[in-house]
Amino acid sequence: MTAGDTTLAPLLRIGALTKRFGGFTALDNVSVDIRPGERFGLIGPNGSGKTTLINCISGAFRTDPATVVFNGEDITRLPPHVRTRRGIARSFQIPRPFRSMTVIENLMVAADFTSATHLRLTAEAHRDQAMAILREMGLAAKAEARVTGLSQVELRKMELARAMATRPKLLISDEAMAGLSGSEVDEVLDLLLKLAGESITIIMIEHIMQAVMRFSERIMCLDAGRIIAIGQPSEVMANARVQEAYLGT
Amino acid sequence: MKRNAIAFWGFALLFLAAILLSAQFVANEYWFFAGYVILQFIVLSVAWSILGGYAGYVNFGTSAFFGVGVYTAVFLVSAIGAPLALQIAVAAIVGAVMGFAVGLLTLRMQGIFFSIATIAVTIVVETTVTNWRSLGGAAGIQIQRPPVTAPFHSYVQMLVFVQALLVVLSVAISRYIQNSWIGRGLQALRDDELAAECTGVPTLRLKMTACVISGALMCAAGAPGAMYLQYADPASAFNLNYSVSVLAMALIGGTAHWIGPVIGAILLGVTQQLLTVTISSEVNVLVLGVMLVLFVVGAPEGIIGLFRKGRRSEGKA
Repeated sequence: MTAGDTTLAPLLRIGALTKRFGGFTALDNVSVDIRPGERFGLIGPNGSGKTTLINCISGAFRTDPATVVFNGEDITRLPPHVRTRRGIARSFQIPRPFRSMTVIENLMVAADFTSATHLRLTAEAHRDQAMAILREMGLAAKAEARVTGLSQVELRKMELARAMATRPKLLISDEAMAGLSGSEVDEVLDLLLKLAGESITIIMIEHIMQAVMRFSERIMCLDAGRIIAIGQPSEVMANARVQEAYLGT
Repeated sequence: MKRNAIAFWGFALLFLAAILLSAQFVANEYWFFAGYVILQFIVLSVAWSILGGYAGYVNFGTSAFFGVGVYTAVFLVSAIGAPLALQIAVAAIVGAVMGFAVGLLTLRMQGIFFSIATIAVTIVVETTVTNWRSLGGAAGIQIQRPPVTAPFHSYVQMLVFVQALLVVLSVAISRYIQNSWIGRGLQALRDDELAAECTGVPTLRLKMTACVISGALMCAAGAPGAMYLQYADPASAFNLNYSVSVLAMALIGGTAHWIGPVIGAILLGVTQQLLTVTISSEVNVLVLGVMLVLFVVGAPEGIIGLFRKGRRSEGKA
């Protein structure tokens, strides 16, 4: 297996991360290393802290120094847009498109603000890049459509495409398959696998078990802000605490 | 793109030439008094729209910026007898600094909280000026106009031309922002601030930029007002009516395109002048309110929203 090589330095290191909201501890001493090129599944019941963890990584929430290290750099003091430029992109659990724009304009925002040469590159060059991503995502036909007219699966793909337009090293997919039909789940899953094949590290949060199992090289299960299991998908699924907390047996 | 730019600047030159020529051919001073007010409202609503429209941060502090512009001019005239160009330039700098300060204090707040904070700023600034003895305090202050130079026959004619220059300047800036990456970033953060951040948009810096530019233009628009009235007092310079009128003009015109606030300011500005002359200056506030309600209900994207809808349905047919 080429991806997720254990000998490489971790791309993302979460070190003893604790996040409290008032008296409520959303994340309790979470530590994990994500390796370059890894396909990482993140599961856990509702309210277990999955999205909080993502928000801490992408910068929506601030955390203590050195708790989030990306590519060898402590990024805990960086605002979200700088983290995006460093190579962390995400989609949202509830899609958050730019509603006043067309699909391709959504992607152009990413191109405009993440390429170091955004002042020199012409609008046409940005447009070509965005079109290439849309083609890869199977959204080329919808490039000029308003996002308000998209179906749920198209909206999910658009979010992934917008994240890809920032040219990430790490892509975090936050329940990109929620509310989709069986065949649509497969479509999005195939897309994510294709992206992983392009040596992008992917963290996938998902409730759809068969998708997580098919996708992940490693799975981590959170419950009440703590890691209760981490390892090979089959190991994690066999874990008694995971079955109790998550699968509800 | 290129052809658009030529058309834009050609039209701007024509507009300025027409104002210059009118100074030669129009005898009745009233037209200049009324025209000045309308041009001033165009600058204010275009400036307002840079933050309020593109970024979606509804600013109720227009009157604070406008009043500071007026009083910057008053201060410069009474202290060192500064010429008009210097008054406007300094007012723009003061406005930029004030925009930066207000932005720093308020732009971390979102939605209604930002709007309330800007009202508070207006009150703070007005109170400060009211208690500033050397600027006349609550009683106001009178200033003298210097003699006018050719080709203008009166000082007000010159002020109209100066305000027309500010119109061209502010529209050019607004148009540039709209078509540039700054505009796309502002549009993205107006749609969804967190998503914009996570797409690489430096939202706070862009909002600050918009607030600084908007503030500078509003103050610059206010500066010639001191000479226009030859008198300034806090109650009228910081009148909340400016904030409300400008907001109404921008929203009624439509904020998605730079032309929107221009159309809105002309439409409402002319209406206000007509009502002031024919009925009373109080009625125009009422009409403003009614029009705002009608537009919010019937055409939430303003006049340009109506046009775009028409064009879009034509395109589909």
